[in-house]
Amino acid sequence: MLAIKRENWIISLIMLFAMFSVNALAGTGMVKSVKGDVTIKREGKTLNAKAGSLLQVSDTIVTGPDSTVGITLEDGTLLSAGPNSSLALNKFMFDSTTNKGALDATLKHGTLAVVSGKLSKTSPDAVTYRTPTTILGVRGTEFVIETESKDK
Amino acid sequence: MFSELDLRFIALLLLSFVLGACATGKDRIVLLPNKDGSSSALTLKTSKGETVLDKPYSAANVAESGAITPLEQNAESVKTNYGNVLSAQPERPVSYMLYFISGTDELTPESKVMLQQVKAELKARAAPEITAIGHTDTVGKDANNDNLSKERATTMKNVLVAYGVSGEHFTVAGRGERELLVQTADGVDEPKNRRVEINVR
Repeated sequence: MLAIKRENWIISLIMLFAMFSVNALAGTGMVKSVKGDVTIKREGKTLNAKAGSLLQVSDTIVTGPDSTVGITLEDGTLLSAGPNSSLALNKFMFDSTTNKGALDATLKHGTLAVVSGKLSKTSPDAVTYRTPTTILGVRGTEFVIETESKDK
Repeated sequence: MFSELDLRFIALLLLSFVLGACATGKDRIVLLPNKDGSSSALTLKTSKGETVLDKPYSAANVAESGAITPLEQNAESVKTNYGNVLSAQPERPVSYMLYFISGTDELTPESKVMLQQVKAELKARAAPEITAIGHTDTVGKDANNDNLSKERATTMKNVLVAYGVSGEHFTVAGRGERELLVQTADGVDEPKNRRVEINVR
């Protein structure tokens, strides 16, 4: 009797946690501004990016010549990419209740400016920016990266 | 069909493609001062080693080999080199606090003035994502306070959307008296606890 009760209790807890997780981990980010030619590569498709476009994990954001894009992630991280850039969003998780999660992005080519959000304060070890050569760890930081990598 | 020379040339071409695909880039990384003045740091890791940048405008050059060398940068050079990417940065997230008259969803006179500023700033934002979270003081029953807190948040949303702020990504929530700004005993009329917090990013 006691064992069953205990099991029910655990199942309820798991269900509650699952529901909560789905709610709390809803979004990833949004394109806030676009200048020139900006596209999102998603699952083999190329989509035009515009202000209000929602982003997903595994998206790659690509800017053309004379083009820029501004992006805000759910944790308040601000990303902007300069002309001829390619930025892959490898991983993003953010729990808006605990402010914890993870962020992993690769600047394959071009320039990227970053204003770190809540994740760099609550989960600094889980925030990583990469170029093909360098791995950057972040502590509550604003910075800019430029890479002249050939493998786009 | 191909002469030996042609084959060698093709082999060389293929090799350069392979090398090209493996080649890593040359990076420049600059730590910028935090707008809020707080301290910050960046750790750079490559196949050749590790470097920490921890002063505003400290910068590094990373060669294709992974070798890290210091780089001279300052406010002027950052503006020249990275002005375009920095000017594309989205606006920073902002929070506002609006306060209410006891037991109502009506703003205090001070917060009514504040609301004018909030309206203008939210309307000017590109693709805003907004949350309004309502709270109450500890006067009254919990259930009533849950409703009142949600009403306060909903009223704020309605006022802002009527003014022309986008309601597309605008969520409201009520927390009742669970998250007091000023800790009080039950039944205390604390003006600072009767509030709606508006966050925009």
